[in-house]
Amino acid sequence: MTEIELLSWLRGPGFQISVAIFVFGLVYRISQNLALGRKKNLAAPRGNSFSAGLNTIWRRSLFHEGMSYRGYFTLIAGYTFHLGFLVTLFFLSQHIIMFRSIFGFGWPALPPAIIDITALIGMAALVAVLIHRIQDPVLRKLSDYQDYLAWALTFLPLASGFMLVHPMEISYTLLLCLHIIFAEVLLIVIPFTKLSHMISIFIARWYNGAIAGYKGVQS
Amino acid sequence: MSKQQTLADILQQQGITRRGFLKFCTAMASLMALPPGMAPAIADALSKAMRPSVIWLSFQECTGCTESLTRSDKPTLESLILGAISLDYHHTLQAASGTAAEAAREQAMEQFFGKYLLIVDGSIPLKNNGAYSTIAGVSNLQMLQDVAKGAAAIVAVGTCAAFGGLPHANPNPTGAVPVTDIIKDKPVINVPGCPPIPVVITGVLAHYLTFGTIPDLDERHRPISFYGDNIHDRCYRRPFYDKGKFAKSFDDEGARKGWCLYELGCKGPTTHNACATVKWNGGVSFPIESGHPCLGCSEPDFWDAGSFYKPLAEPTVDASTIAGAAIAAGAAAGLGYGLYDHHKRKKAQQEHKKVTVEDLGDQT
Repeated sequence: MTEIELLSWLRGPGFQISVAIFVFGLVYRISQNLALGRKKNLAAPRGNSFSAGLNTIWRRSLFHEGMSYRGYFTLIAGYTFHLGFLVTLFFLSQHIIMFRSIFGFGWPALPPAIIDITALIGMAALVAVLIHRIQDPVLRKLSDYQDYLAWALTFLPLASGFMLVHPMEISYTLLLCLHIIFAEVLLIVIPFTKLSHMISIFIARWYNGAIAGYKGVQS
Repeated sequence: MSKQQTLADILQQQGITRRGFLKFCTAMASLMALPPGMAPAIADALSKAMRPSVIWLSFQECTGCTESLTRSDKPTLESLILGAISLDYHHTLQAASGTAAEAAREQAMEQFFGKYLLIVDGSIPLKNNGAYSTIAGVSNLQMLQDVAKGAAAIVAVGTCAAFGGLPHANPNPTGAVPVTDIIKDKPVINVPGCPPIPVVITGVLAHYLTFGTIPDLDERHRPISFYGDNIHDRCYRRPFYDKGKFAKSFDDEGARKGWCLYELGCKGPTTHNACATVKWNGGVSFPIESGHPCLGCSEPDFWDAGSFYKPLAEPTVDASTIAGAAIAAGAAAGLGYGLYDHHKRKKAQQEHKKVTVEDLGDQT
């Protein structure tokens, strides 16, 4: 198989397969969560569970007083990574071309120089959280292979993409193939690993808040 | 022209001055990525070179490669070098036809066995015993195998001979294959392009005449000096790519200002060729300079690599139908799981036996 053949496959059947598994997996996880149901709560509600759930989704994203140093680090590094990653994903012109072909509409791109910075920030934050994970004895004990897999699968598309837009001594076609492979593998594994938090974080937070709200407890 | 004449004699007869010849040698040294000091060595070797016998086989092709070589608007030194070889068989260019033409080929094969250069353009059909393309009743496969036996080296000119090209494109009705699929025991130099740049062909010939060897090749048998870089890295529009300035259509402001053609489907990043440096028509321009994205014609399977006008970042297929099906399947699977879970819980409740104090009493 030549590089061009591989690229054609990745832009064709490979793309369809990964999108199909990603969409199937995410919808499956959401509908499974919702269909599981809960026992009917016979107690009279003391507050609005729905709005309390929404409130929790929001409040858990905020800094709050009394956070530990570790808490601040997690929040700051987490935000930095997510911001860098998402801006790079959604505002690089080449990515917008792809989104336009999928959704039928696009949006203005950011200049490549800014995307360079956001990608570097994203990667730097990822490296920082990895070092933190390895150095912190508690976190290290809590980590299993999936945490490191999720880290690698998030880092690789960023790193290969960064190399792609800067002249390298490696074949562009090969790098582009690698970049697409990493992105497609990421899509495939998201629904079935901790990376499914891209959806489940909202469901989990809402549910926590809703339970508290039902009981009239401020969450 | 006698075969005993050297290249220097021939060029002199054609009115090429020593200065013009040295300029050509310097240009060749530069094109082949040799140190500048090699130019006199090339001049020396080329001027002493005897006319090599060349057999040119045209198989499943469109004659575009030959056209590209021979239809330059004015006679160039490159075309004269090409004229200086002894082209003993080329069924488009030679005057002889029929039995006489084939006899010329057979004579050259016999007289220069082990020494002649074999140039091939066009792919070789293998299906139905190669019945799709024959010359004088001989299948292309048979002719290639016969002529290759006595060849010193083989140059596969054009994307069809190098990688299969258009005949090889899906669904490949004739079972077309490139030269390298058939010839495994001889050095094969691939000079892909649809058509290839004429000076690249002459460069390869000049290298062979100068050093008696074939140039350094990459893993696809392409001369590294011409195919080592991709178009994108050498493109004069590259700064616009780096700045994110793209033409969005063929007649917008970006196109008029000469911005990058990536979003119009340019395959420059994935295409290895010398177009951006050597250019075409005597260095006048190349497709991107004329405002058209690179098609990637010198790469394998470029016909099957999606639309010429789809950017590399764009998927070649539509995923909306399959995504819709995936939504339905995911929802059904999730709900099915929920129903199964509900059923399991209900069953567990039904099968639940209450434990009485008496039951526990027996054990204590």
